[in-house]
Amino acid sequence: MTPLLETRKLNKRFGGLQVTADVDFSLERGELHCLIGPNGAGKSTFFRLILGEYEPTSGQVFYEGRDITTLEPHDRIRRGISVKFQVPGIFKALSVKQNLEIALQHHLEGHSLRGEIGRQLDFLNLTAEADQAAGNLSHGQKQWLEIGMATSLKPKLLLLDEPTAGMSPEETHATGEMVHALRAEGMTVLAVEHDMAFVRQIATRVTVLHFGRIFAQGSIDEIMADDRVAEIYLGQGHGAPHHA
Amino acid sequence: MKRRPLIVRLLSRLEGPQTLGRGWRFWAGAAIVLAAAVVYPLLTDSYTVGNTVYFFNWVFMALGLCLIWGYGGALSFGQTAFFGIAGYAYGVITLNYGADYGLTLWATLAAIAVAGLVAAILGYFLFFGRISGVFLGIVTLAVTLVLERFMAQTAGPEWHIGSARLNGFNGMNGMPNLTIPWPGEDGSLVLAPDLPLYYVVLALLVIAYLALRILVNSSFGNVLVAIRENPQRATMLGYDVRKYQLASFVIGSALAGLSGVLYTTWGQYITPSSMGITAAALPIVWVAVGGRSDLTTTLLGTILLIGGFQALTIYGSQYALVVMGALLVVTVLLAPEGLIMALALLPQRLLKRSARDAT
Repeated sequence: MTPLLETRKLNKRFGGLQVTADVDFSLERGELHCLIGPNGAGKSTFFRLILGEYEPTSGQVFYEGRDITTLEPHDRIRRGISVKFQVPGIFKALSVKQNLEIALQHHLEGHSLRGEIGRQLDFLNLTAEADQAAGNLSHGQKQWLEIGMATSLKPKLLLLDEPTAGMSPEETHATGEMVHALRAEGMTVLAVEHDMAFVRQIATRVTVLHFGRIFAQGSIDEIMADDRVAEIYLGQGHGAPHHA
Repeated sequence: MKRRPLIVRLLSRLEGPQTLGRGWRFWAGAAIVLAAAVVYPLLTDSYTVGNTVYFFNWVFMALGLCLIWGYGGALSFGQTAFFGIAGYAYGVITLNYGADYGLTLWATLAAIAVAGLVAAILGYFLFFGRISGVFLGIVTLAVTLVLERFMAQTAGPEWHIGSARLNGFNGMNGMPNLTIPWPGEDGSLVLAPDLPLYYVVLALLVIAYLALRILVNSSFGNVLVAIRENPQRATMLGYDVRKYQLASFVIGSALAGLSGVLYTTWGQYITPSSMGITAAALPIVWVAVGGRSDLTTTLLGTILLIGGFQALTIYGSQYALVVMGALLVVTVLLAPEGLIMALALLPQRLLKRSARDAT
């Protein structure tokens, strides 16, 4: 079966700086996959290449076996890719309810739209805040609201860029459970994450990026046991990836 | 599931998260204002009526800018370009073909269409070229200034379209008033700047205002404010941001075109200075001072400011411009959301504060 997402010899260069180098990556349907690597490894750039925010210098991106390298970002979203950004990408001045409405109005209207907004508010634990401006939510609530918006598109592929950044351990754990629930609904998840406890909680496979290249790939235990991986994290704390 | 009839769905969009004012109190107030506007010309002299029409003429351009800038977040500094294009287009058509058989109505529609078409072409390059922020303002301002300079040098007799002389800096004049077919002896009704024109423009104003309220509270309006708040997120929810921006730009510019035609028929002239830098800056002042993120505050702010501007002009138009500039500065510093908007939100804020103090 063709992988859900595949990149072939993907390169991105900014002037003389090679940010993504010959990345051959593939993601099977139903995977929960984590992308890790030191700062500047090219994780966010890789996401932007998948989303179409950046045009690759060379190489191709395939989605469901189809070459989407030149497709506009919104077209990729329409085909079933969705993303949650690192800094919560919500509409701050608009109410929580309206944020969800904008995400849901693609495929719903009238009663069913209002019903689904209610269900989402309930699921995200934001019913009491429905009419508040989204900018007034706590950091964790903003993160969840954005996850709610991203998943309400019913994507096949969900990209999460550091979904637990700034969350408490309890919130992080709850987010991990949410990710498992999403997979149970049939979503494939690719996450950039630093928190190794979270990676362990969710990931079936882990890819390590380093200087824009795929450095190592495998299960979380294989990756944690790999001395070379520990080495590239040296100088960034105590040889992270650390056990949180 | 049974869908509600279209008209019911449209009417339900008159209120929503994107517009101030809801419930029977607001609409009762609006009805009283409208009734006053209907009765007003009967109580005053013909000059004042004509002058009030002049105020109303500009409001369409302001509402259009409110849509593009206040709701869509794209600051166009050159809405006067479309005002001028439509004004000149109306002049060229009517000076060539006259005003019989309701032709001025067709000329009006054609002139607005020309403005809309130019906006579509310009907007295509702007938005699909991903020009945004201050650069959008610079390009649109440049366009209106280029048009002004160009029209100002068309004084020679070689500059004509059919029998319509462009006339350089003095502008075109002598185009007919709006004339609509009407049962009676002459078979037509000339809408000179007096009662009939007043009621026609007032009706257009009510229609434009209500139609825009429906538009901004629809799913289209939802996406428009989403783009203003966070264009990246809007894209990543699957919306082609460029198309929405282009659509709002064309609608807003067509409204500027309507203002241009009405202005031209009102005074029977149009000059290049209507596209100059002063003219281009004024709509931004009206919309910003009123409160750009709402149609009602824009409407009220524009009428108040134009009225105030004219009253001040008696003492010298330079002074009036200085006051307009000062108002803009005060607004930006003290109430960035707009002075009328700040007033409208005042009771709510006071209420909130007293509730907070109480706890």
